[in-house]
Amino acid sequence: MIRPLRPLTTFTSPPGAAAPPTGVKIAVTGLDFFYSQKQALSAITTDLQANIVTAFIGPSGCGKSTFLRTLNRMNDIIPGARVEGQILIDGHDIYHPGTDVVDLRRRVGMVFQKSNPFPKSIFENVAYGLRVNGITRNRGELEGRVEDSLKAAAIWDEVKDRLSESALMLSGGQQQRLCIARALAIQPEILLMDEPASALDPIATQRIEELIYQLKTTYTIVIVTHNMQQAARVSDRTAFFWLGRLVESGPTEQIFTSPTEKLTEDYVTGRFG
Amino acid sequence: MTRTTRRYVEWTIERALFACAVGSVLVTAGIIGVLLFETVAFLREVPIGSFLFGTVWTPLFSDAQFGVLPLVGGTILVSAIAMAVAVPAGLLSAIYLSEYANPRVRRVVKPVLEVLAGVPTVVYGYFALLFVTPLLQTFLPSLSSFNALSPGLVMGIMILPLVSSLSEDALHAVPNGLREGAYALGATRMQAALRVVVPAALSGISASFILAMSRAIGETMIVAIAAGQQPRLTANPLVPVETMTAYIVQISMGDTPAGSIGYRTIFAVGMLLFVMTFVLNLASDWLRRRFREVYA
Repeated sequence: MIRPLRPLTTFTSPPGAAAPPTGVKIAVTGLDFFYSQKQALSAITTDLQANIVTAFIGPSGCGKSTFLRTLNRMNDIIPGARVEGQILIDGHDIYHPGTDVVDLRRRVGMVFQKSNPFPKSIFENVAYGLRVNGITRNRGELEGRVEDSLKAAAIWDEVKDRLSESALMLSGGQQQRLCIARALAIQPEILLMDEPASALDPIATQRIEELIYQLKTTYTIVIVTHNMQQAARVSDRTAFFWLGRLVESGPTEQIFTSPTEKLTEDYVTGRFG
Repeated sequence: MTRTTRRYVEWTIERALFACAVGSVLVTAGIIGVLLFETVAFLREVPIGSFLFGTVWTPLFSDAQFGVLPLVGGTILVSAIAMAVAVPAGLLSAIYLSEYANPRVRRVVKPVLEVLAGVPTVVYGYFALLFVTPLLQTFLPSLSSFNALSPGLVMGIMILPLVSSLSEDALHAVPNGLREGAYALGATRMQAALRVVVPAALSGISASFILAMSRAIGETMIVAIAAGQQPRLTANPLVPVETMTAYIVQISMGDTPAGSIGYRTIFAVGMLLFVMTFVLNLASDWLRRRFREVYA
């Protein structure tokens, strides 16, 4: 089923009507990030609001993906990576030595640029997070949560008759929605998406974008994209990165129509990048 | 050089290289041909059924019987002991090297492990006979001086690098995205390794197991030295046995006249050995190719 593209709400809706009143979910203060000697992020300070979609935009290598991956400490597994500064999620410092990284990642889900379903059945892909976190051992409950997650990721109707087939048999767009279902299964509070549609065709991209729109009522979503139309379509707030710095952030409409920084204006109007 | 000489040189080099390639193929074909020829001559005198399924192997006795099962049994017993050592130890060290060790440790440990594969097998053979067997006899007084256990254990150490190195390659080839996917779902390192990375690399890992088994079945020196030369159909690892390879050594070194039935047995046993390792190698190759297709 192909539905028409959602209109560019951020351009058409009246100012101030887009974002519902919400609180700060993630508070970042003075964040520096280094890959061994190379500094990839400098002095990032920003607040990310709960239950809205925040888009990170900027040219390749500007640090937007790196920043995204600091939010669930995914960069920890890179040898030589180093973080300075502070990230608070719901007021808790996620880089505090006492923080349980496994628990953090359970609360902060992630969807990757290249869809990465495990070479297992569709069912087992979604059940994986439930199993490793010991969320449920009960077969019926497990099946219920797998079904709910697949429904939430808008892929249930396409896979319900072949849950035991390998996930690698699915198309690229389906694999990516399966990865979203897998992330939703453990009921995170925050969903990080690293260019989730960059490898997909326009129709599959549209479905992911619609899905993001539905999910933001339940989750705090942060999406990295280098497609500015996509940022404009799906996000409520946008942050523009340039050479490892956060240049400007604000309501998406404002970033795209009346940015305060000259650099932002040049980028969003396509003068470089 | 004129153009003609240049062309002549090119032509000569091409022919010479072609001759080398054809030569090695012909030698292989020749070996298989001799094996086949002598095996057929053997089977003309001994029915294939009593060769493959007979349980008594006494080709040099006056009452000669040609049941190859005791040799096959000895081979399988020793190889099974070797696999029981090499599979768990090899797989665990592969998991450690690929998933846990930091790159510096990996760079040092992997080549060191591979050095084990370079030790001449005759050294392993005497190690089994003169060190491991006496050591084991202090715990197991009933262990014979020649037995299946000690060469089996030592052979396990010998094929361990094969398992660990090839399994490590398979684990290492699993895309990082799968590990990240698992970590992002709150998996610990062990959960990511055991429930995602190892299953994803399974065909490569099983290929390494099969290759190691093929190597164990074909291994000669260790068993010829330390396992004894008594064809015996038994599952008891404490008594002397004879493997197919050790039997071939025994007859080849002895004074069995060429053309006799005793002489032909070594070709029949050799053929059987060849078929077994060939099938295992094919299986291993098939598994590895399938593995490559998934992550090409």
